[in-house]
Amino acid sequence: MTGALAGWLQILALVAALALSYRPLGDHLAHTLTTARHLRAERLVYRLGGVDGDADQGWPAYLRGVLAFSAVSVLFLYGFLRLQNHLLLSLGRQPMPADQAFNTAASFATNTNWQSYSGESTLGHLVQMAGLAVQNFVSAAVGIAVVAALIRGFTRERTDQVGNFWVDLTRIVVRVLLPIAFVFAIVLVAGGVIQNFHGVESIRTVVGGHQNLIGGPVASQEAIKELGTNGGGFYNANSAHPFENPNPFTNWLEIYLLLVISFSLPRTFGRMVGDHRQGYAIVTVMAVIWAASVAVVTVNELHSVSSRAGHAAGGMLEGKEQRFGIWASALFAAPTTLTSTGAVNSAHDSYTPFGGGMTIFNMMLGEIAPGGTGSGLYGILILAIIAVFVAGLMVGRTPEYLGKKLGAREMKFASLYILTTPAIVLVGAGLAMALPGQRAAMLNHGPHGFSEVLYAFTSAANNNGSAFAGLGANTAWYNTALGLVMLLGRYLPMVFVLALAGSLARQQPVPVTAGTLPTHRPQFVGLLTGVVLIVVGLTYFPALSLGPLAEGLQ
Amino acid sequence: MPGPLPRTVRHHLSALRMLLVFTAVTGILYPLAVTGVAQLALPDQADGSRIERHGRTVGSSLIGQRVGPDPKWFRPRPSAGGYDPLASGASNLGPNNPDLVKAVEQRRAAVAGYDKVAPEDVPVDAVTASGSGLDPHISPTYAYQQVGRVAKARGLKPATVRRLVAEHVQGRVLGFLGEKRVNVVELNAALAGDALSRRVRGGGGSGRARPRAAPRG
Repeated sequence: MTGALAGWLQILALVAALALSYRPLGDHLAHTLTTARHLRAERLVYRLGGVDGDADQGWPAYLRGVLAFSAVSVLFLYGFLRLQNHLLLSLGRQPMPADQAFNTAASFATNTNWQSYSGESTLGHLVQMAGLAVQNFVSAAVGIAVVAALIRGFTRERTDQVGNFWVDLTRIVVRVLLPIAFVFAIVLVAGGVIQNFHGVESIRTVVGGHQNLIGGPVASQEAIKELGTNGGGFYNANSAHPFENPNPFTNWLEIYLLLVISFSLPRTFGRMVGDHRQGYAIVTVMAVIWAASVAVVTVNELHSVSSRAGHAAGGMLEGKEQRFGIWASALFAAPTTLTSTGAVNSAHDSYTPFGGGMTIFNMMLGEIAPGGTGSGLYGILILAIIAVFVAGLMVGRTPEYLGKKLGAREMKFASLYILTTPAIVLVGAGLAMALPGQRAAMLNHGPHGFSEVLYAFTSAANNNGSAFAGLGANTAWYNTALGLVMLLGRYLPMVFVLALAGSLARQQPVPVTAGTLPTHRPQFVGLLTGVVLIVVGLTYFPALSLGPLAEGLQ
Repeated sequence: MPGPLPRTVRHHLSALRMLLVFTAVTGILYPLAVTGVAQLALPDQADGSRIERHGRTVGSSLIGQRVGPDPKWFRPRPSAGGYDPLASGASNLGPNNPDLVKAVEQRRAAVAGYDKVAPEDVPVDAVTASGSGLDPHISPTYAYQQVGRVAKARGLKPATVRRLVAEHVQGRVLGFLGEKRVNVVELNAALAGDALSRRVRGGGGSGRARPRAAPRG
């Protein structure tokens, strides 16, 4: 079989697996978020946690729950990292410095998983599994909870109630994330991912040299790292590391896992609003952008476009593993940056200018194709609201989406959502470039160095977490700045989404008339795709032209 | 007697209690359960697909090893971290970084001289560092290119070494996932002699027969 045919089959098998999961997983999520029945285990969690599982909350109370839970998560994890030397299984590792611990705590609580540390040389096993991996579960669940509240804004009428945050959080962990992660963790072990509590072990190698092997509970963390679109690697090399991703099958599985929830959530949306066609329209937009992105990255890497090093070597294999090659590396790089996962199975910094530039662009889209768990769907629903509004302006009538009027208040929240992330990215990157000390953190010079800085702020603000890893980001300045960017990039948009949810839930639905824009037809799919590209393109074009575009056209 | 706590404090205490419950379930019970099943059902994989000799671990078949200048071993790809599992990672040099271009050219010249082949025939994996710095694999082309040198250094017939390489070529998983490859650690372990006993894993799913005993000169 030729490489190209194998590459295509790899992509088609992935698409088929995701398509087969769309209905069952989407329906399961919808049932989880709407059923009135609590499981016994869930009642136990509510009792132990001291929360009321039966009272619905208005949007301010729901938001207070999100923020309180996230705040204690950051503080708890910060303490954990600072005190890890006193705990079991610390492997003799020292406490993490204050600025790095803040960065890491903010990073994992916000589902970003930016890592300015190197796992194998910094962290003990206990803090990885009971500190970081816990956030992998709950931060993913928080994202889904927030989009559930937004969907209820569309489905409920004349009420203040958008759901119960503690119930949503608990059910998503208990009924969705835990069982799926458990099954796939075992499958990953069968594929060769390690799962033990060994420390560092000095061995004499085959040829008589020395090597330090290191163990860890990796598979349990790997499964939820992908499934929850978290992306923080157990080891520094992340999913390029053979203990995290030992062969092409585990690689394919990890790509599937990091996409499957976000690609199935439109089904949940369609089911909850009572019209599956609405879900199909949204997932089509996601899929079109996803496919185009995979194509751009793959083509550029295959042909070493605009890369002198690639032409000198005879291919773009610098920073890529032999067992994956170009196709399976590009097929990982595009989805991981389109989903807010940020796990990497190859070094994006060494990608071609346009291939690597595409991974930055993917994040700039706002993580919506299909995006992070939950955050991807609420991101694209905000853009759908913008699209309906734009269409409304064209014909001069008040826009409505799924029977809810989009008035001044709703559009204010949607606009604030759209403006928040770019403002954080561009101010942050601009600041870093203006300060000589921070500029010096670039490994590469010229436009590529700027791309490293732009990548870092784009990744942090969009809660992706991958990096052009040449940037020496473990400094007090970058740890603090990027930590703040991650917090603002996660929670400000959530405030606007929940406020919007409350505002929609209060409305009485308007009847569909001849003038209503249908939001399930190809016309709307095209309109929404266009809005996504224009909004992002206009916002970021100047920054992109200074980085990847300048480098590629040199 | 102190009065009831302010609402904000109660709210955050409740959030903390929920976090502690999730920590117990997803941070302790879940990884322990996975470890239990993995260690019972799949102990070889769970422990890192070790290669053992005389009861001593000489490596993991998943983690590449440094080989040094000795011509009698197959060489792995260049590594940004010197095949140290405590320093995994890539070079992160950009696609037009002059240092990377220079490094590639130097590697090409060095490999060509070492394996006595034309510089333009040196395959791409021999001149590029991997993403993990621990890549245990090389392309079949690079493995076959090293046969002559290894055979000569060991006083073996090239055909014997070539056959050993052929036995170690792994195809794409299920015929279409990933790339063809040769595991250098396993290949060198096989070369190290038939005293070498293996206690290892499936892992790749490539369905390839593994040589139990390696030919010896």
